Amino acid sequence: MIDADNVVQQIKQGQLFDFPGGVHPPQQKSLSNTTPINTIDEPERLYIPIKQHIGTQGSICVSIGQDVAKGEPLTTSANPFAVPVHASTSGKVIDITQHPSAHPSGLPETTIIIEPDGLAQWQLMPVMSDYLSADKVSILERICQAGISGLGGAGFPTHIKTNPQKSVECLIINGIECEPYISSDDRIMREHAWQIKQGIDILRHVIQPKQVIIAVEDNKPEAMDAIKTACIEDAGITIASVPTKYPAGGERQLIQVLTGEEVPQEGLPIDVGCLMYNVGTCYAIADAVLHGKALVQRVVTLTGQALGSPQNVWALLGTPIHHLLDIAGYDPKRQRSQKVIMGGPMMGFTVHNDVVPVVKITNCLLVPDKRELPDVEDERPCIRCGLCADACPAGLLPQQLFWHSKAKEYDKAQAYHLDACIECGACAYVCPSEIPLVHYYRKAKTDIKYQAAEKEKSEKARERFETRQARLLADKQAREEKHRLAAEARKKAMENKGGSDAKDKIAAALARAKAKRAAAAQANKDAEE
Amino acid sequence: MQFSLSSSPHNRVRRDTSQVMRMVCYACIPGILAQTWFFGWGTIIQISLAIITAVVTESTILELRKKDVSRGIGDYSAILTAILLGICLPPLAPWWLVVIGTFFSIAIVKQLYGGLGFNMFNPAMVGYVVLLISFPISMSAWLPVQSMAQTPYDFLDAFNVIATGYSQTGYSLAQLQLGVDSVTQATPLDAVRTGLLGGMTYSETLSAPIFISDWGWSYGWSAVSIAYLVGGVFLLQQRIINWHMPISMLFGVIVTAGLLNMLAPDQTGSIPFHLFSGAVIFGAFFIVTDPVSGSTTDKGRLIFGALIGFLTVIIRTYGGYPDAIAFAVIIMNIAVPLIDYYTQPRAYGHQP
Repeated sequence: MIDADNVVQQIKQGQLFDFPGGVHPPQQKSLSNTTPINTIDEPERLYIPIKQHIGTQGSICVSIGQDVAKGEPLTTSANPFAVPVHASTSGKVIDITQHPSAHPSGLPETTIIIEPDGLAQWQLMPVMSDYLSADKVSILERICQAGISGLGGAGFPTHIKTNPQKSVECLIINGIECEPYISSDDRIMREHAWQIKQGIDILRHVIQPKQVIIAVEDNKPEAMDAIKTACIEDAGITIASVPTKYPAGGERQLIQVLTGEEVPQEGLPIDVGCLMYNVGTCYAIADAVLHGKALVQRVVTLTGQALGSPQNVWALLGTPIHHLLDIAGYDPKRQRSQKVIMGGPMMGFTVHNDVVPVVKITNCLLVPDKRELPDVEDERPCIRCGLCADACPAGLLPQQLFWHSKAKEYDKAQAYHLDACIECGACAYVCPSEIPLVHYYRKAKTDIKYQAAEKEKSEKARERFETRQARLLADKQAREEKHRLAAEARKKAMENKGGSDAKDKIAAALARAKAKRAAAAQANKDAEE
Repeated sequence: MQFSLSSSPHNRVRRDTSQVMRMVCYACIPGILAQTWFFGWGTIIQISLAIITAVVTESTILELRKKDVSRGIGDYSAILTAILLGICLPPLAPWWLVVIGTFFSIAIVKQLYGGLGFNMFNPAMVGYVVLLISFPISMSAWLPVQSMAQTPYDFLDAFNVIATGYSQTGYSLAQLQLGVDSVTQATPLDAVRTGLLGGMTYSETLSAPIFISDWGWSYGWSAVSIAYLVGGVFLLQQRIINWHMPISMLFGVIVTAGLLNMLAPDQTGSIPFHLFSGAVIFGAFFIVTDPVSGSTTDKGRLIFGALIGFLTVIIRTYGGYPDAIAFAVIIMNIAVPLIDYYTQPRAYGHQP
């Protein structure tokens, strides 16, 4: 657990901590961060996946052909882990179907397709300008209703995070944006520092932290100035300038840099008294509470040397990426190989085609030309040079993880703490043998998860089987017991009444049967005569 | 429109394995030049023979293993092994010696274990030890520093001696080995060892003409060491190697030699003697730093290096061969999995 006052004291004296490893890839931020965030035309169609966050999806509450207003919820749910999605603009629901997802797999997922009517008619929620007198629950409900999940990358439902069960020492606002190329947070801080500050104030009111720290990487002096100006009269906010090093913006790394504490492996930041929000999330919270607007757009960096005019844009959620590529001047004919990365060059994933939509966690579309981020050749053997271990921010031995992951020795990979890997890609970035290390780790993690699920499944099946066997056995025993008792009872009854009595009864029955047969034979005879 | 796919990270440092290997090869150049200056053309010829053997052996085996030959050769690892082995051999050793040694290094030590990245032992050092044990006389036939030799020789002489055993003018290797005083010359380490075994004290041994300087170590050998130091510093500065292994090995040598020398000054070598009269500097920067067969954790590298330093001095002082680094490296190669296991760094968020 950290002591917030102590931490702030240290930061004010210019003392920060460091995390092990890290790399310094070329920044390339100036490609896109020099022009203001562009407001762009609506696309012809919006493709809105019904699940854009970590958790469960809601059920669809619109039907095909229905007219929807901008900001109108499309899904609803009573589940606390469900976050609704909204119509990003006004128009008509023309289809609800399977559409390629903004996910590395590109697998189709349920998507609501909207044809904008060009009016952009808002359906606003009531404005809560006096949020200071509002109670915590109604603000949390508003954050949930507005569909806000972490815009930094993970997409965790914000209203859940904002309702911790422990007291919060430090509210940390993450303006690091350590991935090369991306400048969406940079631009939003430069242009909307005031609204970010409003969002922070709302969070502060709900969470009641001891201290607030805004962390900005020192390669963004303009953003830093804007944030400083916005917070100049607020003594409760400390602004930390963090040295540029990838991945300083990782949640766990940033906590380490600011406080010197590590989040326990099985734990969450709240276990050391920290809560962290991305600057874009703060902006969205202010929008939801103070303007009644649901989350229908976000800043997306369009960058890479294959683009004619790299820039940041306000993109409606659900905008297919071909629309954005057109705006940024992408000419596929001039590219030998077409590749579009959603996210940055270190952790982003390549999308399968150009109809994939922008979702809540889409911070960047990177369209490199062939020479800029060349495809790797086949991997060479690992020469155990250890550069990966020097670069790993989690203090792991990537070459050992690779060795065991590749050999599918997952128990050994876990003994080397595969679970502590944050998949930042620093190891693969420095690897001279060009081994796609992270790819191996992802595969291993998935397999381990799958194996654990299988094991649990077979465990349950075994339990069910054993219970059934026990039940059958018990039934059988009960039945046998019943039979035995009945037999005993009969025996007893026979003994009580005496043997002769029973014999008489049998004899009497035999005599009755004989008489019946005789009578029947007589009747036959009569009939013949 | 369909796009091409790849796995993150999409960005990479543009320094691949073959570049790393090539840089190490380049870093050997000052040392090789110094060696040639002091000991004649033999070293260059040995290195060339080793490279040819290595490339032929490596491509043959890669072909047999149905691997991409040009890619395998293109990683320069076989060439580097050949250079390192060639550097270690006596300059005028017969041609079959270097061929056997290189073949063994590449075929047995490297490829039979699975090729680059899978060898447990340092290939060059195992090749060296095999030669040392099998052909001890040829392997100790070092020449006097050129300026001290009774019979100077040129490139063609060197070539002829290596190829046929006799120089153009008919001198045998044994004759070429004679110094100005007509005493057979070996390495300073050999000289000290023989001297000490013969009942002389350390300082008496050092008065032999092979040690022409007053500092207590050979002028030619120490100059070669310093040339390799230059190459090593280049590797450090280029971040091709980590400081941990070379520095800890030198530390191990200094501490062990210092202690022994304090206890028995006249029976053991001094610190500078150990540092500069053999292959310690070369070993520290070019041999110990072989990543494949060395430790990979920071703490492990320190232990690995320091123990090699310790063993080097111990073997030199008490062992059967003065060529201690090769043995020390091989012994420590065996210990690497153990060292690595017990020196894992603490992972983020985990208790130590």
